[in-house]
Amino acid sequence: MTALWVAVVVAAVGAYLTKLVGLSLPESVLHHPRVQRVAGLLPVAMLSALVVVQLVDGGRRYAVDWHTAAGVGVGVVALLLRRGFLVVFAVAILSTALLRFFLPS
Amino acid sequence: MTDLPERRAIHRAAVGIGLYAGAFGLTFGAVSVGSGLSLGQTLTLSLLMFTGASQFAFVGVVAAGGSPLAAVAPALLLGLRNAFYGVGLAPVLRPRGLRRLATAHLVIDETTAMSLAQPQPRARRYAFWATGLALFPLWLVGTLVGALLGQAVDLSAYGLDAAGPAVFLALLWPGLRTRLARLVAVGGAAVGFVLVPLVPAGVPVIAAALVAVVAGMLAPIVPHPPAQPAGAPS
Repeated sequence: MTALWVAVVVAAVGAYLTKLVGLSLPESVLHHPRVQRVAGLLPVAMLSALVVVQLVDGGRRYAVDWHTAAGVGVGVVALLLRRGFLVVFAVAILSTALLRFFLPS
Repeated sequence: MTDLPERRAIHRAAVGIGLYAGAFGLTFGAVSVGSGLSLGQTLTLSLLMFTGASQFAFVGVVAAGGSPLAAVAPALLLGLRNAFYGVGLAPVLRPRGLRRLATAHLVIDETTAMSLAQPQPRARRYAFWATGLALFPLWLVGTLVGALLGQAVDLSAYGLDAAGPAVFLALLWPGLRTRLARLVAVGGAAVGFVLVPLVPAGVPVIAAALVAVVAGMLAPIVPHPPAQPAGAPS
């Protein structure tokens, strides 16, 4: 097995066990208000970091592709207009593709 | 399961969520093979991991050239929220024995949001299963089609590199209702940004998680409405 396969299986089994543990724990265990709040904030911090990192990461250096950044910007506009999930990522992908096609760098 | 008045509305919503999952899965499949995962690895993630944001985070680290093991931690940390969904769902679903193993697999954003949106317990159980059973197969089929497409043509030219950030943004958005959450989002983004050139791929996102831990433990507790699952389809 390659390292990538090992990582895929470990992460997948770990994610499944996380779900199973949550479903099996007594409700009181995770009921502490601060624990609940950390749990709610974890995806917020990580998702916003993921957005930024994926936009600027050029492999240990900063590299921004303006087509992608602009496309994601259009996605933000769709979010501000209260569009649903699918619309947001469809317009982001589509605008990135169109910009790249008509205004290649 | 007779005379459940909400049944038709639940079916309609479940089919809608299933279709969205198909499209979302298609994007995931294409992004995943574009990131260097094989068809088998891509399908394994959708089949076994089965939690979209974690899957996108995992392949994102691989695409950035990080070591595969560095991709594990962000995926698992993002998947932690499913444990908290499970705690909320357990009294509703009351899973027992072997059934618990199947139930656990379907505990994700969409099934939790659909289930807890129902007014009464029976409808909550029904919505959980209807959503899960519509979503899971379509997520897999979408992944397969996307991965095959991604293997056939180089999709990066078609703007697919915007998919990851757009997915994360759309999942993040509903979580930004409180001021504390917005501060944590800014803090997490800043930590991630600063660390990009300094540490291996995957680590900036793990470091950003510390912002949530510190803010969650230190900020004063103020009463506010209960958190909604991230990425609840609107």
